[in-house]
Amino acid sequence: MSLSATTARPSPAAPPSPDVSRRRRRGRLLNRLDVKYSPYLYIAPFFLIFGVFGLYPMLRTAWMSLHDWDMIGEHSFIGFDNYTRLFSDEYFWNALVNTFGMFALSTIPQLLLALFLANLLNRTFLRAKTFFRMAIFVPNVVSVAAVAIVFGMLFQREFGLFNWLLSFVGVDPVDWDGHRWSSWTAISTMVNWRWTGYNTLILLAGMQAIPKDLYEAAEIDGAGPWRQFWQITLPMLKPTFIFVVILSTIGGMQLFTEPLLFGNGNIIGGNQREFQTLAMYMYEMGIVNLNTAGYGAAVAWAIFMIIVVVSLFNFLLVRRTAK
Amino acid sequence: MSVTTRRTRLAAAALAAITAIGGLAACGNDDDKPAAGEKPAKLVVDTFGEMGYDELVKQYEKDTGIKVELRKTAQLGEYRPKLVRYLATGKGAADVTALEEGILNEFKPNARNWADLTPLVADHSKEYLPWKWELGKAQDGRLIGLPTDVGSLAVCYRKDLFQAAGLPTERDQVSALWPDWKGFHDAGLKYKQASGKAFIDSITAVSNGVMFQGGGDLFYDKEDNIIADTSPAVKNAWDTATSMADISAKASTWSPEWSGGFKQGTFAATFCPSWMLGIVSDNSGPANKGKWDVASVPGGGGNWGGSWLAVPAQSKYPNEAAKLAEYLTNAKSQVEAFKLKGPLPTNLEALKNDAFISYTNEYFSNAPTGKIFGESVAKIQPTYLGPKHQAVKENALEPALRAFENGQADKAKAWEQFTKDAKTQGAF
Repeated sequence: MSLSATTARPSPAAPPSPDVSRRRRRGRLLNRLDVKYSPYLYIAPFFLIFGVFGLYPMLRTAWMSLHDWDMIGEHSFIGFDNYTRLFSDEYFWNALVNTFGMFALSTIPQLLLALFLANLLNRTFLRAKTFFRMAIFVPNVVSVAAVAIVFGMLFQREFGLFNWLLSFVGVDPVDWDGHRWSSWTAISTMVNWRWTGYNTLILLAGMQAIPKDLYEAAEIDGAGPWRQFWQITLPMLKPTFIFVVILSTIGGMQLFTEPLLFGNGNIIGGNQREFQTLAMYMYEMGIVNLNTAGYGAAVAWAIFMIIVVVSLFNFLLVRRTAK
Repeated sequence: MSVTTRRTRLAAAALAAITAIGGLAACGNDDDKPAAGEKPAKLVVDTFGEMGYDELVKQYEKDTGIKVELRKTAQLGEYRPKLVRYLATGKGAADVTALEEGILNEFKPNARNWADLTPLVADHSKEYLPWKWELGKAQDGRLIGLPTDVGSLAVCYRKDLFQAAGLPTERDQVSALWPDWKGFHDAGLKYKQASGKAFIDSITAVSNGVMFQGGGDLFYDKEDNIIADTSPAVKNAWDTATSMADISAKASTWSPEWSGGFKQGTFAATFCPSWMLGIVSDNSGPANKGKWDVASVPGGGGNWGGSWLAVPAQSKYPNEAAKLAEYLTNAKSQVEAFKLKGPLPTNLEALKNDAFISYTNEYFSNAPTGKIFGESVAKIQPTYLGPKHQAVKENALEPALRAFENGQADKAKAWEQFTKDAKTQGAF
């Protein structure tokens, strides 16, 4: 870029005619503007689209959350009342507990399993590597609704596969959507089934980026595979791990389709709201109940803030432990 | 990259940006009302499910020369959000819009979104089932909807399972088994003792049946105060429903256990609004054809669902739209729609029509469903439904009943759960 600007500079030895020099000066100005501002123009489409579909809805939601907002009727400004109402709303806290419960039940085993599988797939002795790497990703390609419907059938009380299997070991049929623990288990199973492969692949990519000579050096020093894993793979995997954890956090906090379909599409998630997540509560308040759209918007912002806080917490935690 | 090409690109990009912004700005509002008396070229009709208007609309086009576009949405679940969007943004709504019972009640507090039909159509108040006509009015007296169909209630039962358990199978005898809910419960206990299996699908189906029978206010009084905890009609529905827990298969309506239960025979009877017949036959499959029959509902009539036709205030042609709605809901049209797709008439004349009364259903052992449902619908008491009736029913009453049915809460706890949730769900 700067090269073209240099060549355009007039030579002091032979002063050009005023007309030519003016044209050159104008060219130079345009050129400088171009160099300085055209990059902004090139990235503008993203920001335009983000502004329309990302930023504007967010700000609009914030604006709505400050109102008593009826979707098809009146709106009146009420300041932060919706937010103060959140604190004493028992069902909001219930949804929060459910969301974190299912988040823990899905994310922790999922990441451990993904780490284990990624390490396995990273081994040199494994045959048909590409096949396994592709196969492990397949669940993620299946539509989430299909997953939820199939698992919903597997977890049925009367004719479900899991209850049938349990009957062989003498366990009474479980009413999967009738208790908190069982519904959480069922929903987390769906999430794990779908996302373990995805995380495995990302962790695997991170592992492949670790220089091989580190392992060779360690091997010469007499470090076994276990020691290599703890002292080379894990620390070097830190940035990838942060990424995966934050992604899982965002996904976990927004859990919606699986619990919704598990409860036959009922937005309150179980007879006593055993598995209603924050996202479902937001939908119930903001979309299903037309007259509480403002409160729903406040729930949406609460979810956003929670995601920010949890992601930050994760980030600090993972950074510290990996040090 | 030479300066000229870069400059051209810059210009091109700027031009693109300007047209994009201009394009956005061009989407202004276009709700300029046509001059009075101007005849519309086209009217749009929004319906959900199958309302049987296909042929009627063609006839209307022929008669008036106004084109009609029929927009159908299969699922009510998809229909409602679309409707909310049209109303919230003030554009996109059809000229004639079908409103299901729950949606209508929910939209009533904001009645200004709908045209008042009283000055636009002739007075038909005496021609329809009185309670159905009344439900079409908003709190301020504005007539929002003209009645289309009704979800009149009956009992669908399995003849083969009844026979195996030593119960009568002939539909009049079966109806005679349960003049009231006590009789229904006794029959259920007898069935359970003989077969060892559950008699009905769930107790929420029972509460749906009882709720409309007593008349009187349900979750709201006429001033729209929530009275769920004191309303006698609700208490009666609650007590009747909870008393049936011992003969219930605990398969809540629409759950996989429920739809699978039809084939498996986990229950021998269920409550059928007229529109449910198709769902029962689909779930049971062709193998069970002729095994089902239809009897009358204990305690007389009952209602579950039903719709109205309304004209959104944003329609450019409220006069013609109201006329079209009037035409689609008149006696003749209701019989035609019933013959085509089966929605039950609400027009008194249509309910007396021979074609309607003599209608039989082949899948259900040729049961005279027209007659059964027609009789059931005539017995319904006028009931006032408040703005969030549907939300209170679906998200407070039914979850509490299911919690009791599944043993998650005892009767007192479940009642407490219901009354508390009714207050939050019913607030508007």
